[in-house]
Amino acid sequence: MLRRTWISALTLGGLLLGSVAATQAAEALAADAFVKQVSNDVIDAVKADKAIQAGDVGRIRALVDAKVMPYVNFQRMTASSVGPQWRGATPEQQKRMYEEFKTLMVNTYSGALTQVKDQSVNVKPLRAGAAESGELVVRTEVRGKGDPIQLDYRLEKNGDGWKIYDVNVGGFWLVEAYKGQFAKDLANGGLDALISRLTEKNKSLASASKS
Amino acid sequence: MTASPAPAAWPARLLLALLAAASLLLGGCASLPGEGTHRYDPWESTNRRVFAFNEALDEAAIKPVAQLYQAVLPAWLRTGVSNAFGNLGDIWTSANLLLQAKPKQALDMGFRAGVNSVFGLGGLFDVADEMGLERFTTEDFGQTLGFWGLRAGPYVVLPLLGPSTLRDTAGLLLDFKDSGPGLAFDEPRSRNLATGLQLIDTRVRLLNAGRVLDDIALDKYILLRDAYLARRKSLIYDGDPPDEDTAPAPFKSLIKR
Repeated sequence: MLRRTWISALTLGGLLLGSVAATQAAEALAADAFVKQVSNDVIDAVKADKAIQAGDVGRIRALVDAKVMPYVNFQRMTASSVGPQWRGATPEQQKRMYEEFKTLMVNTYSGALTQVKDQSVNVKPLRAGAAESGELVVRTEVRGKGDPIQLDYRLEKNGDGWKIYDVNVGGFWLVEAYKGQFAKDLANGGLDALISRLTEKNKSLASASKS
Repeated sequence: MTASPAPAAWPARLLLALLAAASLLLGGCASLPGEGTHRYDPWESTNRRVFAFNEALDEAAIKPVAQLYQAVLPAWLRTGVSNAFGNLGDIWTSANLLLQAKPKQALDMGFRAGVNSVFGLGGLFDVADEMGLERFTTEDFGQTLGFWGLRAGPYVVLPLLGPSTLRDTAGLLLDFKDSGPGLAFDEPRSRNLATGLQLIDTRVRLLNAGRVLDDIALDKYILLRDAYLARRKSLIYDGDPPDEDTAPAPFKSLIKR
């Protein structure tokens, strides 16, 4: 209910701003509203589902697939995490890398989601002129029992809406994190070595969650 | 252990000056030739050894104690302990904000600590939070040094304490002396006991995070290192570091405001 008031307040604000300033302002508002909506949808879904709170991996994965993945430009995330070697890779390699990386990400995200209890997300106001380049950062803060956690998103324009292409947790961008993780395998054995490493990792995670 | 608050008791200031000077020197030369894979980590092989030691120690002793602590003590007591340490941290945060020439924020955090000390029975209850006075930041002396432009220097893994940099290690000496248990207890024995308790309290809060970390890491050492370096940089710029990969320039953040 709170969310509905929030959104209607936002829409009202958007209308006011839009009529005064350029259309850009309305676009910018849509970006933070978008982040707010996606995060609230996920948090509400977790709160309403006892199986997810108990760590039911299948359910979590379904939730992530339905409520998160459609809003993420995962192709771009994979490409920038791999770096220069991505362009030299065959389509087949790219596809395998994409799939394994996606599985790893879903696992990561699932682990984080089991920690959701009484959190709420506070979206910070956008900076003026942020939307000009078609890419911008939306800053949020997850508030729960302990200290607030910084959670920022890099967004790109996607038709009328937005897509997330990087996430920052407590000052650490995920793509940067994975670049660091991938560097050694890429340097030593190229993309194939990295893919088999990820496959191995995903397998061990899958067997760990079953037992 | 060896990294107890004890070092601060002897010429801490001398050590601090030495470390700071070394950090300046080392940070000064842009890239040190070293065996490391990362330009901020020239001591990687030593660091990895200490890291392995820490992991083994954690698995064998610290984590089990933390789990026991969590299982045995009631939640309200654990929260009280967390709050008390948080309150001591707030006082130190306030002092550091003052040192960073942010008087408004220093006053806010000082007021928060005052409210909790008086009305929250010495910080056992976080009444300030209920009143809407949130802990909006935590600052330590390493951040203060960074704020004034001191470069981080090489990455260091400290025994027991984990990820740090040369600069933050220097800051830590003062942190130990003037914050947390060092602020509340004069007598070394109770101070060490309190430091141990603080360590366990921190570890309990990390119990769940550790699982997530193990799940996503291909190389945990690198993940923790990169995360630590990124986080410290972000904290020094109050959550909004510049995009380009440069060392913090002196006074830059002051001019911006």
